[in-house]
This record gives sequence, structure tokens and C-alpha cells, in this order.
Amino acid sequence: MVASSTLLPQPSRWIRVAIWVLILAVLVAAPSVLPVFRLNLLGRFLSLAIAALGIDLIWGFTGILSLGQGVFFALGGYAVAMFLQLNTSAAAGMLPEFFRLYGVSSLPFFWEPFRSPVFTLIALWLVPALVAAVLGYLVFRNRIKGVYFSILTQAALLVFFNFFNGQQKLINGTNGLPTDTTVLFGQQVGSEPVQRVLFWITGLLLILSWFFVRWVVRGRFGDVLIAIRDDEPRIRFTGFNPVVFKTIVFAIAGALAGISGALFTVQSGIVTPQFMSVPFSIEMVIWVAVGGRGTLLGAIFGAVLINYGKSLVSEALPQSWLFIQGALFILVVTALPQGILGWFFAGGFRNLLVRAGLARPLATYPSLELDGQEEVRL
Amino acid sequence: MTAPLLELREITMSFDGFLALRDLNLSLQPGELRAVIGPNGAGKTTFLDVITGKIKPTSGDVVFKGRSLLRDQEFSIARLGIGRKFQSPRVFEQLTVRNNLALAVSRPKSPWSLLTGALSRQGRDRVDQLMEIVALHPRADYPAGSLSHGQKQWLEIAMLVGQDPDLLLVDEPVAGLTDEETDLTADLLKSLAGDHTVVVIEHDMEFIRRLDTQVTVLHQGHVLCEGRMDDIQRDERVIDVYLGGADDQQSGEQH
Repeated sequence: MVASSTLLPQPSRWIRVAIWVLILAVLVAAPSVLPVFRLNLLGRFLSLAIAALGIDLIWGFTGILSLGQGVFFALGGYAVAMFLQLNTSAAAGMLPEFFRLYGVSSLPFFWEPFRSPVFTLIALWLVPALVAAVLGYLVFRNRIKGVYFSILTQAALLVFFNFFNGQQKLINGTNGLPTDTTVLFGQQVGSEPVQRVLFWITGLLLILSWFFVRWVVRGRFGDVLIAIRDDEPRIRFTGFNPVVFKTIVFAIAGALAGISGALFTVQSGIVTPQFMSVPFSIEMVIWVAVGGRGTLLGAIFGAVLINYGKSLVSEALPQSWLFIQGALFILVVTALPQGILGWFFAGGFRNLLVRAGLARPLATYPSLELDGQEEVRL
Repeated sequence: MTAPLLELREITMSFDGFLALRDLNLSLQPGELRAVIGPNGAGKTTFLDVITGKIKPTSGDVVFKGRSLLRDQEFSIARLGIGRKFQSPRVFEQLTVRNNLALAVSRPKSPWSLLTGALSRQGRDRVDQLMEIVALHPRADYPAGSLSHGQKQWLEIAMLVGQDPDLLLVDEPVAGLTDEETDLTADLLKSLAGDHTVVVIEHDMEFIRRLDTQVTVLHQGHVLCEGRMDDIQRDERVIDVYLGGADDQQSGEQH
């Protein structure tokens, strides 16, 4: 069966191939073409795209709008930063520096397991996934949906933000944990060779994440997610328990945000409670809305595009970015509700050409029962 | 008399003091086709909500296959074998006809089995067979949202049958259908009875007559009377509340 399972626009095969060629070309060429500053920026944006994939999974497919993904993002970041801090200070046989500043003489218990790199690699996605699963289960079980869910996630975000901000003696509070001066395999994490490797790892993990999410949304599991989004009460009477499905995808999105946060932290050089600021979590949602909800490539595209735009605009015209971002969001919501890629996949570009008289119109209305690609003679 | 498949015992449903159902008793034999009629606000939909677990009754008990349903959630009641078709067709419009049916016939319905495996050979055959029955084969790979109203009604009935429930609850299956479609729907429901127990809620008297079966009349949340359509139509009380002087009656009911 070749037909797509949803009404969501699907690009034709060659467009998809073209997009993949482009993505792979960027990943392969970037390290040798871009100066390390730009490469590092691109690496950060690609890591943010992993969090965007998670948002597309829960929002675009399942209809759960979370404004609190920053929590999971930060948890991933803190996990990796704690490991790097310990790894560095252990070489000198001491506690991480900030502990000494605050007069803490023994390591808080929850730091202990982060001495292990294996534990850290698991914890950076499992901890956020578990937090998301518990939070999600409690909320979904009580059938809290829609805007109430969004408000709750934002409230949870503020709780975490304030807690992390206030805990100087546990995790260095508002100053956060720097990673760029830490040492891994005898190299400074902020150094050029390490950053190049991190770029590759980010690209690889982004592609793996994309495959994983695509696997989740394809087939009957994905159909149940769409059914939950469109008519949750109805799916219950068909014998499915939406609470379980929603909890699972919320946990997956949490895990992806955790991976994203860890990669972002090591490439930006520090994790701070600012990762859990309210605007940042809302921005994540904007990336997906602009790129195209329900089109996984759109989430990646939106995250990279908007962040690149942000860094370019901020270099040229500081202060003006927030206005541009706001305008972009309004434009997309009003004119392109399916997002840029959704619009493009739906033939929006071709329609523009038709309007400009550069292409011939297609008859694509399905109930005409044409093949869908036949040309209409005018 | 064999043991009833479903029994409602003294069901009372109060919404802030308004009694949508009061002391409702009803029992269904396996394989029975039962029509339920009643004026607006008689409690017909509330009655389905109570059986399917959407709401829990204020008092009374719902017994299905000898066990009480009061502690179960909607999805587990559905898995026990009670399927429901809604008043206005509710299909998943973004999914294709085929995928709508695939969700209905999927078994088990756990996330893991849906994630790791495709629909079984039998499942796919069942989907094809269902599409054949309701004549939706040509539309198999179109989104359900592109179907006409009547086709959606049928798709939803097919989904219901695909769940293979012992008890089918069908709420106004012919609302908005053409005469021809109505006749076909009546035949379809009659053919389902026997293997399944079917409850049909309907306003359309001609349609109920075509079903040619036992009718229960609900009035103000209570069973007014039961019997064949011809007897029902001669019953003074029924004429009073429903068939005859409906005007003064309905003004006092909820809408």
C-alpha cells in the first residue's frame, strides 16, 4: 500500500531524496567548509532539532502541546555537565570547583553515579523520560487536555527553574555548570577537535532520532496517535487506552529533549537554569509550527532555520530578533497553518507558480477519482 | 430463558438533581435485536453513556456477562465486548478507510504490539471483508474525512463490527441517510443480530418498523413500555408522550 495514512501532505519521492541529499551533504561538507565558530553553531542547532522532533511527535501527531520541554532539555544537559565536572576534578583528586567556593566538603549523593560515563549516557535520556512519564501519566490519567495541559507543563517548568536556580550548593544554582573548560580523554571539551567530533555525533544522533520517530509514527501505533489527536473519546470506545499511548510518546519526547540538551550543552559550553526559561520552551514550539507540524523534516528544518536566522539577525541587528520571530510566527499561523514544509509538500510552491502563470494547474481533488496528477485543460 | 447478556438494574443517573435516568431496568438476551425509542430528553443517549462507561450511574448496577461494569473504564468495557456507534458519525477523518478499520480489528490493542508488528493476515482479510460489506472498497485508501455522510455512518458501523463485540449499541444510525441507504442499513443491522446482540436507538419510526423487532420506549429516564411496534403504537401512554401529543411534552424536556 503506497497511500499515505494521513491527510497530512507527503512530499513526492524525489523531493524527499533531494532533501536527504541536501542534509547529508551539509553534514559531510560542513566540518571542512565552515569555520569552527559556524560549525559549532550549526552543531548546536542540529541538537535543538532533536528536541523539535520530540515536540512534533507529541504535538504534531498526538495533539499534546507541551510548553515545558525545557525541563527535559535541561535535565539532559545537567547529566552530561555533572559527569564532565566530576571527570575533570577527579583527575586532580578534588571536588568540582564551585563546591569549594560554597564550602561544600562532600559530594551530594545524586552526583555519585555520574562518575560513570555509562551511567551518564543512559541517564541523560532515561531521567528526562522517567520524569516525563510520571508527570504525563498523572496528568493524562486525570484527563487533563488541551490548554490546561499546556499551562500545567509551563507551571512545572517554572517549578524546576526556580528549584535549580536556588540550589547553589547542589548544582551551582543560577551560575550553572560550565563544560567547555572540562576535560574528556585528555582534551578540553571546548577545543576545536572535540567540537568537530561532537558535530558528527550530533548529526548522527539527529538522523537516528528521525528514523526512530518515523518508526513510531508509521503504522498502527502512529494511527492511534492521530486518532487521539483528532477524537480522543472515540478511540477509548474502540478499545484503546489513550493514557498509555500519551504517556509513552510524552516520555519519548522527554528522552529526545534530554539528548538534545546534552548535545547542546557540550557544544555551547555551559548548562544553566536558563535552559528552563519560559521563552525558550515556547520557542521550541515555534520552530515546529514554522517548519510544519506533523512533518518530521519540518521540525528539523524549522529548528535549524529559525536558530540560524536568530544568530544572523542578532549579529547584524541586535534587539530586532524577537520582533522578527514574532512576526514569523504570526505569518505562519495565519497564512501557512501547516508550516513552511507542510505548505511546500502540499504543493504550495507549485500553486504559486501557477498563480504567476509559470506552471499549469493540476487536478488533485480526490473525489474526482482521477489519478490525481492529470492536467486540467483550460 | 437463558441468562441475559446485559442487565441494567435500577439505574438512576442524576445530573445536579436532574434525573436523566430513574430506576431504569432493562435486560437483553444474547442475539437479540432491540430498538429503543423515546422523545428528546428521554435519556436514550445517557443510557448508552452508562453502559459504555462514559459516565457512572448515581445508583444501580450494569451487569454484562454476569459481571458489573461499574469499575471499568471505557476502553476496558470496549475490550470486554461492547461496541458503540455514535449519533453523528465519528470516524477518524485523517486516517484512511482501511486504517480506520485496521484500528478497530487490531487485537491485542497494547502499544507494544501495535509498534512492533503489522496487522495480521486474518486482520487484513477481515478489513477487506468489512469494506466489502459496507461497499467502501473503492475508497479504501482515501481519508475517511473525504467520505459522504452516509458512507461515514457505514464506516463507523463497519468499525463497530470489526471490534467483534458481543453487544452493539447503535445510536441513530440512519440520521441524515437517504431512503435507499436507510433500507440497506436496516438489512445490515438485522443480519448482525443473532451473532451479536444489537441495540438500536432511533427516531425514525419507519426504520424501527423495518427492523421488525422488540421495542422499548423510554420516557423521562424510565421504561414506559416494551412490545412490538404495532402494539406500541396503539398504547395510550406512548401516544400521549411521544407519537401523539409530542408538543406539550417536549417543551418540558431538556434539549
